[in-house]
Amino acid sequence: MIYLLEDTINGILMGSIYGLTALGLTIIFGVLKVINFAHGSLLMVGMYVAFWAATLSGMNPYVALIVVVPIMYAFGYLLQNTLIKPIFKAEKQVREPITVIIVTTGVWYILDNLCLLIFGPQYRALQNNPLRGKMLEIGGMMLSVPKLWGFVAAMITAGAVYWFFQKTRMGRAIRATSLDREAASLMGINQYKVYNMAFGIGTATAGIAGVALIPFFNVYPSVGVLFDMKGYIIVVLGGLGSIWGAMLGGIIIGLIESVCPQFMTATWTEAIVYALFLAVLFIKPSGLFGVKYDW
Amino acid sequence: MSFLEVNHIDVFHGDVQVIFDLSLHVEEGEVVSIIGGNGAGKSTLLKTISGLLEPAAGEILFQGSPIHSQPPETIVERGIIHIPEGRRLFTLMTVKDNLIIGAYNRRADGLKEATLEQVYTLFPRLRERQSQLAMTLSGGEQQMVAIGRGLMALPKILMLDEPSLGLAPLLTKNIFEAVRAIADQGTTVVLVEQDVKHSLGMSDRGYVLEHGRTVMEGPAAELMNDPHIKTAYLGL
Repeated sequence: MIYLLEDTINGILMGSIYGLTALGLTIIFGVLKVINFAHGSLLMVGMYVAFWAATLSGMNPYVALIVVVPIMYAFGYLLQNTLIKPIFKAEKQVREPITVIIVTTGVWYILDNLCLLIFGPQYRALQNNPLRGKMLEIGGMMLSVPKLWGFVAAMITAGAVYWFFQKTRMGRAIRATSLDREAASLMGINQYKVYNMAFGIGTATAGIAGVALIPFFNVYPSVGVLFDMKGYIIVVLGGLGSIWGAMLGGIIIGLIESVCPQFMTATWTEAIVYALFLAVLFIKPSGLFGVKYDW
Repeated sequence: MSFLEVNHIDVFHGDVQVIFDLSLHVEEGEVVSIIGGNGAGKSTLLKTISGLLEPAAGEILFQGSPIHSQPPETIVERGIIHIPEGRRLFTLMTVKDNLIIGAYNRRADGLKEATLEQVYTLFPRLRERQSQLAMTLSGGEQQMVAIGRGLMALPKILMLDEPSLGLAPLLTKNIFEAVRAIADQGTTVVLVEQDVKHSLGMSDRGYVLEHGRTVMEGPAAELMNDPHIKTAYLGL
């Protein structure tokens, strides 16, 4: 029984980190209405930036956030501004320009291979890692300390993004643009700047996810692939464009992966995840938190 | 020099020309009606003035300086506010957030609390409904939000596209009264309407558009008595 509880808690912790990795995907989709196939690569870049920031400065990886977040925000902002904005301008009449998917796929290949070229294929683990392998014992349960930190980071990030969207002038402008681009233009909102910002915010959350991951996860050029497939399932499960939906979707997947092996062969968990994914698509295609009117 | 001047514009939707060599002018403080049937180019004209479309030829001057090649956000900043056809509210946002978004431009942002009070005074119904999602409102209330959202931007010229569309006669009357009240406070109003009787009734001047061209213009009272308008638009 205690193992079940332990697995449940660890599943929630890991799941919230999955949610954090998918947060940027859902934010970018919510505003641009296109799936960003480069999201896994952005996460990989975030992990490398976090890894090098922590390694070169000797800082605690979480302290490195003060460098990682601005770097990743600028990276996403410029990426959208130089590569994706021209397509949006050329295909003004199209609501979901499919060409963007091709461009982001190209970005994925370029980023992954660029990293392979620069850093090589080796797996890198953080050396000066204050959190490495740390466990917290509560009433006979062993909880992973770095995952606990990741959970806190995920919740704070989701809360901060939610607050920003609800309560600030720019956040409201982003929400308005995601609901009706033309009407938002008539309010004096520069839609292209909104796309840049949304992409920047999405990329910055991938950077935060990178920081949360490196204390217990190795960095290598194709690490993003591990998370992007999960990311797509998570955002569809939670509802495309929904922040809390992404967190909940992540936690559901984390729970399945952590609790199910108690009762069956671990390889079955993957099948259960996909079965659930299909079931949601059949029963509530807009996802658990998604709103039908949204898009 | 007029407040707003449209000189000889041609506008295309893709390959199809919708507006042909159209000119009009609006003076400060005026209420101007633009009337015409479906497909006459009324909405296209407003979209061109607000910068959503760019004219292929001709020029648009506001307070003497050209605006026809500027993006919508710059034109909003200058004070030309377009309330689009079909209201186009941000359906999943609250009424209050919809109104506050209206004051997004820098000119209006600092004064938004005071403007919000004025809008609530004009439409007390919106204060009661301020925390409801816009999509839960009735058609008339949605039109109030659309007009209120336009006012939040502190317009120098307010352009309304079919504000009475789909509303019951009593609500239509309320909306026109509100537009009248806005005009009486000194805002210049450009009104595109199919309800010719009401719109000409509260306007100073009018333009009649047919097939993308101005076929008639003049003081509203004169247009009301014109035999062509009587038969074609008033059904008399």
